[in-house]
Amino acid sequence: MRQPADELSIVGKSLIKPDAFSKVSGQTKFADDLALPRMIYGRILRSPHPHARILRVDTSRARAHPGVLAVLTGDDLPIKFGILPVSQDEEALAKEKVRYVGDPIAAVAATDEWIADEALDLIDVQFQELPPVMSIEQAIAGAGEPIHGTSNVHKTVALEFGDTDEALRAAAHVREDAVFFEGSTHLPMEQHAAVAQVAADGKLTLWTSSQTPHYVHRALGKVLEMPMSRIRVIATPNGGGFGGKSDIFAHELVAAKLALVTGRPVKITLTREEVFYAHRGRHPVLMKVKTGFRKDGRITAMQFQSFLDGGGYGSYGVASTYYTGALQATTYAIPRYRFEAVRFFTNKPPCGPKRGHGTPQPRFALETHLDKVAEELGIDPVELRRRNLPKPDSRTVNWLRITSIGLEECINKVVEGSGFLKRRTSMPAGRGLGFAVSCYLSGAGTAIYWNEMPHSEVQLKLDRNGGVSLLCGAIDIGQGSDHILAAIVAEVLGVSLEDIQLTTADTDLTPIDLGSYSSRVTFMAGNAAKAAAEKVRDRLFEVAAKALQCDPDELIARDHRVVRRNRPADGMDFAQAVQLAEAQDGLVTGTGSYTPPKLAGPYKGSGVGPSPAYSYSAAVVEVDCDSRTGEVRVPEVWIAHDIGRAINPMLVIGQVEGSVYMALGEALMEEQSFRLGLHKFPSLLEYKSPTALETPIMHTYLVETIDREGPFGAKEAGQGPLLPVIPAVANAIYNALGVRIDEVPITPDKVLKAMNDRSKRVGPKSVPAFDFPPLINADVPDEWKGK
Amino acid sequence: MSIPDRVAVRLRVNGEEAALMVPPYKTLLEVLREDMGLTGTKHGCELGECSTCGVLVDGKPFLSCLSMPLDLEGREILTVEGMSADGRSHPLQIAFAELGAAQCGYCTPAMLLTAKALLDRDPHPSRDAIMEALAGVLCRCTGYLKIFEAVELAASRAGTLAR
Repeated sequence: MRQPADELSIVGKSLIKPDAFSKVSGQTKFADDLALPRMIYGRILRSPHPHARILRVDTSRARAHPGVLAVLTGDDLPIKFGILPVSQDEEALAKEKVRYVGDPIAAVAATDEWIADEALDLIDVQFQELPPVMSIEQAIAGAGEPIHGTSNVHKTVALEFGDTDEALRAAAHVREDAVFFEGSTHLPMEQHAAVAQVAADGKLTLWTSSQTPHYVHRALGKVLEMPMSRIRVIATPNGGGFGGKSDIFAHELVAAKLALVTGRPVKITLTREEVFYAHRGRHPVLMKVKTGFRKDGRITAMQFQSFLDGGGYGSYGVASTYYTGALQATTYAIPRYRFEAVRFFTNKPPCGPKRGHGTPQPRFALETHLDKVAEELGIDPVELRRRNLPKPDSRTVNWLRITSIGLEECINKVVEGSGFLKRRTSMPAGRGLGFAVSCYLSGAGTAIYWNEMPHSEVQLKLDRNGGVSLLCGAIDIGQGSDHILAAIVAEVLGVSLEDIQLTTADTDLTPIDLGSYSSRVTFMAGNAAKAAAEKVRDRLFEVAAKALQCDPDELIARDHRVVRRNRPADGMDFAQAVQLAEAQDGLVTGTGSYTPPKLAGPYKGSGVGPSPAYSYSAAVVEVDCDSRTGEVRVPEVWIAHDIGRAINPMLVIGQVEGSVYMALGEALMEEQSFRLGLHKFPSLLEYKSPTALETPIMHTYLVETIDREGPFGAKEAGQGPLLPVIPAVANAIYNALGVRIDEVPITPDKVLKAMNDRSKRVGPKSVPAFDFPPLINADVPDEWKGK
Repeated sequence: MSIPDRVAVRLRVNGEEAALMVPPYKTLLEVLREDMGLTGTKHGCELGECSTCGVLVDGKPFLSCLSMPLDLEGREILTVEGMSADGRSHPLQIAFAELGAAQCGYCTPAMLLTAKALLDRDPHPSRDAIMEALAGVLCRCTGYLKIFEAVELAASRAGTLAR
C-alpha cells in the first residue's frame, strides 16, 4: 500500500548505512582478509595459448616439490558447469582443450603462495596449438576448428513483431546505421578470492567474493557431486562487483576441491592479471539499426541486428544476446519491431554481464542513431525523443509491461539544468553538448532457473529487548543493499536502523535471494523485507490492540513505540509489544517473499527483458575537445534518474555518480582488446580508467514516480544511469567537432582520424553478411495490432 | 624452494613497536596483513599501479606493496587501523561515513590515509588540490565526487572535532 512521504521516518532519508563505519575503519572482512588455522594456498595454472588442444599434463615434478600438498587437473573435476542451465560448457580445469589465454588447466595447493607459484612452473603441459578466432569476422569465416562443437555460432535470435519491412517501405524517412562497441571489463578494486574449509564431519564451507552465492552453491553441488545441504556458501562483502562476480568461477570450485582432498582450509586469491581473464565483462557488439519515421518524427518500425563477440564460453551470453534487443521498445513507442542477433564463440576470456548487461551497446547505437535522424528531420534531438515516449501502464510491442515512467521529467530536468537547447547552438570552439536517454530493469522478471518459487525471501526474528534480526540471502556489493533491507524493516516496525542486526548471504542461515545482479535487490529483496516486517508488525498490533483495548487498525509503529494513531500517548514500547506477543505464543518471527508477476510474452525468448518495473534516465554531457590531439575531456554532466522512490537519496546519488564515472571510462578509454591472441593490457596501469583528475562536475536529479509495485515505490539505481552517458558523449563530440565516432571507446586517435577523413566519421561501414534463421513472427499485444 | 629463512625486523606501526620474524622477501603489505593481522590495508594489483595498498610512512603516502619492511625500521607507519584513537573515529572517517564516500569500502583505507596526509600538510585544500592528491588512488564505485566532498567536510570541521 502506498504511504504518503510525510509519514515516513527512515525511508527517503540520507542516513548513514549500517556498514559504513565498518568500512571506514578497515574492519570489513573481504574474502582475502580471512585467515583460518592451518590454511594453505591455491594457485591456478592458466593457458598461455588462445586456442589449443591439451595433449598431456604431467604434474609429477610439481607433486614432488617440497611444500606442495595437492595438484589437480581436469580429471579431478570433470563435471561441466555454467551459470545458465542452457550453457553448461565450462570445466573448472580444462581437460582436452583451452579456449582463451587464461583458461585454467591445473591447480596446486601448497603451504605458501610462493611455493604454489613455483610448483605451477613445474607442471608440464603439451599443447597442440589451433588457429585462434579473435573477432566476429573470423568467427563468421569459420576457418579452422570450431571452439565448441561444430560451429562458432553460440546463439541466434530472429524475432519479428509486426511487419517491419512493410512499415519501412511506407515510412516518410528511413535511416540505417552501423556501430561498434568494444568490450570492457568491470575492474573491481578487489581481486576475486575464495576460502574453502572442510569440517571434520565432511561439511564444506566456501567464503567467496561473489554477487551470486546461490548459484555458486548450486554449481558446487553439481561439480563436487555433493548434496547442497552438505555445502555452505557465504558471500563476503564484495570489494566492487559491477557484474564481474556474478558468475561461477574456476577458483571457487578448485579451492573447494583442494580443501576436500587436503583436509586443510584453502585460500585462492586471483592476481590482477587473472581478474582480467576471469572477466565476464562487456561483450564487444557490432550493431545495425534501421528505423522508419513519419514526417513528424514518430517511429513507425525498427529493425535491429546485434553481433556479439562472446569469448570462449557461454557464461550469461544467451541472456546478453537477448538483452541487446530487449529494451529498445520500453524506451520508445515502437509499433513494429524486428530483432536479429547472433553470439559467437571467440578465443577470448568469456564475456557476460557488466553494469547494464547487454544494453549499453544497443543504447549507444540507438541514441546516436536518433541524434542523426533528428538532424535529418530538422527536429531537435530532445523533441524527437519526446514524440516517441511510451505510455505508463502499457505493454510494448514485444510484450514488456511498463508500469511507471518518469522519462519526460528526467528529460526536462537535464535539458533545463544544462540549458541544452539554447547553449548547444552557440558553444565555443571545441566544446559540445550531447543528449541521450535510457531505460533499465528493476530486476529480471524471470529467474535463471525457471521455477515457481520466490526470487527473494527475508526472515525476521524479534528479540524481547526490541532488537530485530534480519536474515536475507542478498549480498552488499557496495551498492548499499544492507541499508535498503534495514531501512525498510525499521520503517515498517517503527524502530531505528541500529536496532536491526543483519545476517546476509549465508546459505546455511539466510533464506534465498537470487543475487546482487540485474538491479534486483532493492526491488525484490526490498519487497520481501517489507512483507516480512508487515507480518510481524501486524502480529504486534494484534496483541497491543488487545492490551490497549482498541482496534489494531488504529495502531501505528513509530519511534520505538506502538501507539494509537490519533492518541499517541496511548501506547506501549515496541519491546513491550514484542514481550506481549512472545508471552502469548512464543518466539516472534516473520517471513516475507517476493515473486515477480508472470510477465513473459507468448514467444520463445520472452523470458529476457521482462521486469516488474523499469527505471528511466536522461543525460546531457558537455565535452571539451582538443582538435590538435583528439583528446576529449568531460567537464560537466547533467543526469536525471527515475528512481521510483529513493529509499536513501544519498546512496542513490552515489549509484548515479558511480554509473556516470563508469560510463565515461567506457566512452573514452576503457577497452578489453587483444593482439595476437593476447590481452593487450591486463594491468591496472595500462588498462586506462578514469582517475580523480578526470572527474567532471555532476548534477544529479532524482525523479520519483512511486512505482505501484516497488517497495515504498522504489525502482533500481545501480545500472540504469550508466546507459545514456556513453551515447551522450558521442553526440556531444559531434556537436563540438562535427565528427561522428560510431565506435566505443572514443579514443583520441579515432577523433583525429575522423577529423582528417572526408567522411568525418570513424566506425563500421556495415555489418557482415550472416544467415540469420527464419524470422519468428510473434503475436503482438492487442493495442499494437494493425499499428 | 624450501621453507624460507626468516629475519628479525622491528616495525613501528600505529604508534606501537613490533618485533617480527619474517621472510626477507615479504613486502610491507604482506607483513601487515599476514603477520600483524592488519587486514585493513588492501591490495588491488601488488604492482604499484592502483594505490589500494596505500599506508602512511612518516606521514607521507606510501605503497606498501612495493615497500620492504627492512627498509622501514625506525620509520612511523600508519594504517587505517591507526586512524581512530581511543575508540573515536578520525574526522575523515566520520565524513566518509556520513556522505556515503565508501561504497564497497575496498579503496577506502588508502583514500582515507592519502586524504589525511593531504589535510595534515594543507588543512583547507582546494578541490583541485584534493583531486591532485587523490589521483593515484583508484576507486571504481563512487565516481570520486563523494570522496572529494567528504574530504572537504572533514577539513571544514577541523578544530571542531578531536584529532
